[in-house]
Amino acid sequence: MEVKEREAYQAVIGLEFHAHIATRTKMFCGCRVSYGDEPNTHTCPVCLGHPGALPVANERAVELGVMAGLAMGCEVAPRAVFARKNYFYPDLPKGYQISQYEEPICTGGHIDVQTSSGTVRVRIRRLHLEEDTAKNVHVGTSGRMHGSTASLIDFNRSGTPLMEIVTEPDIPSAEAARETALRLRDILRAVGASEADMEKGQLRCEANVSIRNPDGSLGTRTELKNINSFRFMERAIERELRRQREIVASGGTVRQTTIHYDPEDDEVYETRSKEYAEDYRYFPEPDLLPLQLSEEWVEGLRARLPELPEAMRARFIKQYGLSEEAAGVLTVERELAAYYEEVAAQVDPRQAANWISGDLRALLNESGLSISECKILPGHMAELIGLVQSGDLSRSAAKEVLERSFETGERPQEIVEREGLGTVGGDELSGIVERVISSNPEEARRVREGDRKVVGFLIGQVMRETRGNADGGKVREILMEKLGS
Amino acid sequence: MLELSAFELAGKIASGEVSAREAAEAASERVEAAEPEVHAMITPTPELALERAERVDERRARGEELAPWEGVPIAVKDVLSTRGVRTTCGSRILENFEPVYEATALARLGEPVVVGKANMDEFAMGSSTENSAFGPTRNPWDLSRVPGGSSGGSAAAVAAGEGWWALGTDTGGSVRQPAALCGIVGLKPTYGRVSRYGLVAFASSLDQIGPMTRDVRDAALLLSAIAGRDPRDSTSASAEVPDYLAELDRGVEGLRVGIIGEMMGEGIEPGVREVVERAARSLEEAGAEVGEAHLPHQEYALAAYYIIAPAEVSSNLARFDGVRYGMRVEAEGVHEMFRRTRGRGFGDEAKRRIMLGTYALSSGYYEAYYAQAQKVRTRIIEDFRAAFSRFDVLLSPTSPTVAFGLGEKVEDPLAMYAQDICSIPANLAGIPAISVPGGLSEGLPVGVQLMGNHFAEATLLRAARTVEEASGFRFEMRP
Ligand SMILES: [Zn+2]
Repeated sequence: MEVKEREAYQAVIGLEFHAHIATRTKMFCGCRVSYGDEPNTHTCPVCLGHPGALPVANERAVELGVMAGLAMGCEVAPRAVFARKNYFYPDLPKGYQISQYEEPICTGGHIDVQTSSGTVRVRIRRLHLEEDTAKNVHVGTSGRMHGSTASLIDFNRSGTPLMEIVTEPDIPSAEAARETALRLRDILRAVGASEADMEKGQLRCEANVSIRNPDGSLGTRTELKNINSFRFMERAIERELRRQREIVASGGTVRQTTIHYDPEDDEVYETRSKEYAEDYRYFPEPDLLPLQLSEEWVEGLRARLPELPEAMRARFIKQYGLSEEAAGVLTVERELAAYYEEVAAQVDPRQAANWISGDLRALLNESGLSISECKILPGHMAELIGLVQSGDLSRSAAKEVLERSFETGERPQEIVEREGLGTVGGDELSGIVERVISSNPEEARRVREGDRKVVGFLIGQVMRETRGNADGGKVREILMEKLGS
Repeated sequence: MLELSAFELAGKIASGEVSAREAAEAASERVEAAEPEVHAMITPTPELALERAERVDERRARGEELAPWEGVPIAVKDVLSTRGVRTTCGSRILENFEPVYEATALARLGEPVVVGKANMDEFAMGSSTENSAFGPTRNPWDLSRVPGGSSGGSAAAVAAGEGWWALGTDTGGSVRQPAALCGIVGLKPTYGRVSRYGLVAFASSLDQIGPMTRDVRDAALLLSAIAGRDPRDSTSASAEVPDYLAELDRGVEGLRVGIIGEMMGEGIEPGVREVVERAARSLEEAGAEVGEAHLPHQEYALAAYYIIAPAEVSSNLARFDGVRYGMRVEAEGVHEMFRRTRGRGFGDEAKRRIMLGTYALSSGYYEAYYAQAQKVRTRIIEDFRAAFSRFDVLLSPTSPTVAFGLGEKVEDPLAMYAQDICSIPANLAGIPAISVPGGLSEGLPVGVQLMGNHFAEATLLRAARTVEEASGFRFEMRP
């Protein structure tokens, strides 16, 4: 029943993203971009909107915006025009936001995403540059303006460069929407255009959600606002789709409205009905000349584009023989991928993938560190894996060494030597095996008589004696030799 | 000393014959004497003038070479940001606003000896300086008449000798028209020639800062000081700044001058027309070729201007909301605070234009008004391009009338707007234009307007110099 209903009411989803552009300075002035600093410490007449102050476009922001567009296969406009979007709000110091409207910097392009029901091509409608607003802090209530006793404004965020990326309504499911967001994040990170961390607010998303009725007509769309994590994105859209299907199935009509998702109770709420459309009175920004982007300039940027996540993932699978999943994990973060490639050049690539995507990533997640902050150098990581491969270090001991090295940055070899964690072998191992045989005469006898089931017990005893620092195969070999079977 | 031109005074300061301090004191005394009658200033700044003048003298005493404009007292239209000196824009809403930075054009003067912030129509909207929240300025030639606007305070200050020269701003004629009505020289440079950084915007695509001076040579000198690329204004031009003074006396031999037919007919007072015709003859006598030029879309210029300028105003004045600086009327809730602050802070003309502009930009009307006006603007630019293929300089009246009486046009905004009919096209096209006194009509000064191609200020100044010399009109301090 549920399945049938889904087929009958097909989802039609379009996404709008706002991504912070990773520049050092603001979009139209030289103030530093910073998060979490003392309020109002990075401001000037321009980003405070003082009378007479004028904007100057940040070249780096334009460059990064274009690179993001190129990475998605967008067309770059030879001429892009900044426009004013006029509205009154206390966090908007000029009474308008400088954005782009009729002539955005990039159009077209697409992102391909993998879903459980196949590949979906999501077309990009436009990518444009704009500035962020300041930040309101309402005091005396739960943080909302209504009913607060005072409102404070932090202008550090005012004028921070943003790019807005709008997709066509090509997305057929909540899962595909989430995948689109993830792939977009990967691309933005790959080209260095944005860190695109949703939890830190560097990537914000709104979804336009509607359903196609069984008769083929398109239902009214609602705007799902404030999606602030990839995790909730899928759930929020799924929940809103369910709401719309229920309304339509019961003979009602969906109202055009803004929807807010509350992850606490997995419920969606209408926040305000759109009775009148806001009129932003856009017009070309007279304080800025149109951007003239020559073909040579664009081609220069195109040449500087790094390998994109999708291509890198495919290459990792082919070149290193990795699974789809391992390749995916290793290519999400550019630095992680580079780290991996350095290690994989020195040891078995599949072992390297296991260690890095497994144990090392777990340690990073636990400590909250990024790979660039990791104290284990790629050479050290390779050394560690090499020790395991050659049988000089057991896997469990290796894990211990990894943890130590992760904390101190010491070379694995040094830790092994100092702590005596190396695999026990040779005469020493022989001696231990003999000791185990003599202290377990009953079990030894049974093995001699051909009871293979007890072998494991004896091996276990040897391993315990060596504190795990012995090669299992080797122990079995010596044991069987000594018991003459 | 008060009768010298700025150029002459600067020479005497540089040679040590007169100290900057003496000049500043003389100017401030003159301000004190003339202000009760003229009211050219919103904020006289005698202490600042003295302090800066002393610094100029000290630097000279240390053997430093002074720029050829330094130490000459200047009046500054109160729309240019002056660090630590209140900048009101003639509006209640900025009555106590002190900028934290200095406008580029001012900063380029080095140690500008500012004698005061000059009166103006609120946010530069008006043609008579009657729209100032601080009361009107009077024309020094006839105290019952207006000085023109919106740089009326700057013009009156120069005419009254309250400073040797002044900076004004010109969006639709606001430097040239008051210069014409007060018998001084007013130059609107090419759009982008002078940085707008620190100029509180009226209509950003039209605004330009310009010199208002006793004679053409002073205008050339002051323009040299303020012109040039400013990285803080991305619309400012990187074109090289010529030595305007050196070019000045090259004469007009062979220059092609076109009298604009569309600006010599209906609505132009006969006395004004006569002065312009006389100017044309004097140019011809000096060796220029004079013919008739045409701007076929001239009749639509006023209408286009009164769409585009208010549209930009409606956006540019949005920042005055009581949140960060200036006046605030406390109220329950932020939107009510915006409403009351703006309701009380802005005068009638500002409100009228905000409403007009908001309407012209709103969806559903944008195409019919704003987009249409931009098309007209393109036509006017093409008209000028065609005219400059035949002529080097175009000639017309600056203002259709001589100074009119205070209060005469206050109740009739459209009649007031028509004051700018000859000056607006230059702003729409972004070309330079100068108003130079050409003589008198009914005992009041008449301005002759010369317009040139983009960045042709040097040519304009040469032609203006010729008109000035032939007119027999000499600067004379009034009242
Ligand atoms: Zn800033």
